[in-house]
Amino acid sequence: MAETAAPKTSPETDLSLRTSPAELLRAAFEAGSVPGIVELREINFLTMVGLRVSRDTDAGERIASVTGGLPATCGAVSGTGDASVLWLGPEEFLVVAPVEAHESLGGDLIQALREALGDGAGQVVDLSANRTTFELTGPRSRAVLEKGCSLDLHPRGFKAGTALSTEIGNIPVVLWKTGDESYRIHPRASFAEFLGRWILDAMREYASPEVP
Amino acid sequence: MLLISCPNCGSRDETEFHYGGQAHVAYPENPNELNDREWAEFLFYRDNTKGAFAERWLHSTGCRQWFNMLRDTVTYEIQAVYPMGAPRPAAAPPAAESGTASTAPDSTTTGTARPSIAATSTSTASRSTTAPEGATK
Repeated sequence: MAETAAPKTSPETDLSLRTSPAELLRAAFEAGSVPGIVELREINFLTMVGLRVSRDTDAGERIASVTGGLPATCGAVSGTGDASVLWLGPEEFLVVAPVEAHESLGGDLIQALREALGDGAGQVVDLSANRTTFELTGPRSRAVLEKGCSLDLHPRGFKAGTALSTEIGNIPVVLWKTGDESYRIHPRASFAEFLGRWILDAMREYASPEVP
Repeated sequence: MLLISCPNCGSRDETEFHYGGQAHVAYPENPNELNDREWAEFLFYRDNTKGAFAERWLHSTGCRQWFNMLRDTVTYEIQAVYPMGAPRPAAAPPAAESGTASTAPDSTTTGTARPSIAATSTSTASRSTTAPEGATK
């Protein structure tokens, strides 16, 4: 978007020109967060790469060597270092990496994946602008999610380090449990504002003292 | 709300799925030889079964994969979930009227496929699912 409008500039300039999907909710996220109980923020511009490749093929093994493995089952997350690979389907994966991994900032992740795929059957697509990332943390974060997600989010079934495609507040998202009390929510960009407001509304009761 | 057991993802809410219509509708072997009536029957005519019904489903907000399901249209009981291309499993006994339902679909929906079906039911089923699956993607 901003990149095509302006000629190639320095990374700092590009970053300042970009607008994240939930940018206009930034202040509302800060105001709506309840420190120590449940907090919400947007993580901007993470690098995301869509992979479509069969794990059993040579191309799949080459890509797995770049990403540090491809997850085998629903919910599994693999990856070493900064980049994580989320299972979306039997032959479909989402790589989530830090901002700096993107080509426009000098990263080589996407190029490395393209080279690993080579002429094998599959796809490597830069999807960084497809989804944004919300981070919901705090002891009440599970209670907030349970208002709009029908999955069993209890820790006995949904452990840290798993990611599932599902719906929250009727919005299709990838829900990634990154820690015991922290979740990453990846909604598509056009749903980010709605889902952000929905989560803020779900968080609101925890700002008040609990009624015995 | 149905709780549907996706072969890849496990039990999920019905709202995560999309319905794909009747399963095992064979693509005509020689589409050029069909007359308009037969072509229309292949495209648009589907069974309205009371009892066990084989249908296609897509887990659209999950793994985005198609699968087949045997569902009772009266009780909504899900009797079987099986992969695309697999033959239709035998209908579970409970629904009384569903006994003959498994043979009826092919004869009514696919005009020219009728004579060639004679062989075995499994070969028909596997051939029938390949074309609709490709057509939907």
